[in-house]
Amino acid sequence: MVYFENVEKRYPDGTLAVDGLNLEVESGEFVVLIGPSGCGKTTSLKMINRLEECTGGKIYVNGKDIMTLNPVKLRRQIGYVIQERGLMPHHTVAENIATVPLLLGWPKKKIDARVDELLDMAGLPKEKYKYRLPAQMSGGQQQRIGVLRALASDPEVVLMDEPFGALDPISRDNLQNELLTIHKKLKKTIIFVTHDISEALKLADRIVLMRRGKIEQIGTPDELINNPATKFVEEFIGSDQLSQISGDASVTALLEDVIMEVNLNAAIEDVLEDMQDRDVKSAQVTDAKRRWHGSIYLSTLKKAKREGKQLVKETLSVNRKLYVEDGNLKDAAEMLVDMEAPIPIINSANELQGIVTEKGMAKYTINKLIK
Amino acid sequence: MNNPGFIEAFIDYVSKNYMRILTATGEHIYISLIALAITLVTCIPLGIYLTRNEKIAPYVISIANVFQTIPSLALLGFLIFVFGIGNDNAICALVMYAMLPVLQNTYTGIKNVDKATVQAAKGMGMTNFQILMKVQIPLALPVIISGVRVASVWIIGTAALAAAIGGGGLGRLIFSGLSLIRDEIIFAGALPATALALLTDMVLKKFQKYTTPEERAKRIAKKMKVNFNH
Repeated sequence: MVYFENVEKRYPDGTLAVDGLNLEVESGEFVVLIGPSGCGKTTSLKMINRLEECTGGKIYVNGKDIMTLNPVKLRRQIGYVIQERGLMPHHTVAENIATVPLLLGWPKKKIDARVDELLDMAGLPKEKYKYRLPAQMSGGQQQRIGVLRALASDPEVVLMDEPFGALDPISRDNLQNELLTIHKKLKKTIIFVTHDISEALKLADRIVLMRRGKIEQIGTPDELINNPATKFVEEFIGSDQLSQISGDASVTALLEDVIMEVNLNAAIEDVLEDMQDRDVKSAQVTDAKRRWHGSIYLSTLKKAKREGKQLVKETLSVNRKLYVEDGNLKDAAEMLVDMEAPIPIINSANELQGIVTEKGMAKYTINKLIK
Repeated sequence: MNNPGFIEAFIDYVSKNYMRILTATGEHIYISLIALAITLVTCIPLGIYLTRNEKIAPYVISIANVFQTIPSLALLGFLIFVFGIGNDNAICALVMYAMLPVLQNTYTGIKNVDKATVQAAKGMGMTNFQILMKVQIPLALPVIISGVRVASVWIIGTAALAAAIGGGGLGRLIFSGLSLIRDEIIFAGALPATALALLTDMVLKKFQKYTTPEERAKRIAKKMKVNFNH
């Protein structure tokens, strides 16, 4: 689908940003380009839609040498998502999503139907979001719209340039999961740039690890972890540290502040709206003395609302928790594998101490790996 | 205005000369509009051109800056050598005065559009012209219009000087009032000129607000019958 043949990028000042890159990305594949800053990963990505012109070698998209194509037409065939501030600030959500279809001259009705379809797919209620401005939405929601915009004209290839780099850990995690779902469903060829190894390991079918303009190793996440080709790869992935993580360590090592705390007597309706606005999927329920009474989840709240329940205390989940005194990392990891929502950590007096999140667990592991 | 019968004299003058005042106001509007139109038609494209040729931008903007610093009467006098006396001379001088705010605001307004937004637009497959028309100008418009507001108030105020070199407009009333030492005539010229400037500023201020993304989104929301502030 995308084929690099001895691609080289030399800037006018003589620096060689990309040096003899050879890479074949299969149709429907999710490839992540990763490496330290200045390794040429973003330049390589931008050469595909000719935001940067290569100075040597050839790039083929769908069998065609891109240098023989009109760059504007080429870009309209390729989805493109950038880090942040990529949405048109003066256009509504609907107009932003419709950018490429409008450029391609689709009929108005078709565009409108496509916008609704995409908002539905992302689970964003169209009556609420369609005519909002980007500035009225959270960073996570804006990036969601950025992804939808890239998919709007149903391109075969989507380029993503650190799309989730500026997001908070929770939104980032949510968007990564959504992107994986979308990729599974739509089978797009995705080329994704990141500097975050945990993101690469989570998302990629194949990882392309770059260094100083050259490919250090190409392989599946497993291959990179288990068979690093060079010392550099090994250090970048940090595979030799893997065995040093102990499951017996206390959960206090991972304790984070509670993301959302809700009073026992709050109304389901209000909490639901608040959670949707803040883009969180679960919250901890406490009383005035900060004693923990249970967790609530977006899904169970919605169900409780349908059943006509009024207050959050009627729909508490109380079994999933760990005690600060004896909870260890292995327990936490097992719970997170079952369900990725944050785990409440309480003490023997039932007072809420904090939470442990999947992201925190990943970060801890990665820090251990890289150290 | 220390003469006691000023108000009576003013009313008396206006009632006897309202046609003259109206004609002078009409001329004043005409001179100002032409000057403003020439300013916009030249300086907005020039400002856009400068964003694409940044090396020459500081020089061009400093030329506009120099025009601005020449005392207006001296400029009018000097231009007599070029255009002779009359409205052409006055209009040319007004344009030279009004250039700077329009040029400067167009240039900075477009330059200050977020580079990430422009890059995204390019990556979506917009041509340079589409980026200009659909992204850069719409986002810079409130800034450009604020320059136009400053320019139009200056033009309307300075247009009174046109009478000094044989042009028309409300300046005629002001100058004849000055030479006859009759405050009511000065006032009959100055009052409409001030009102024109204030009115123009007010209208442009409304228009400036109209062009902001928030107002545009509100109009769309209203048209689609949804609540803008959820």
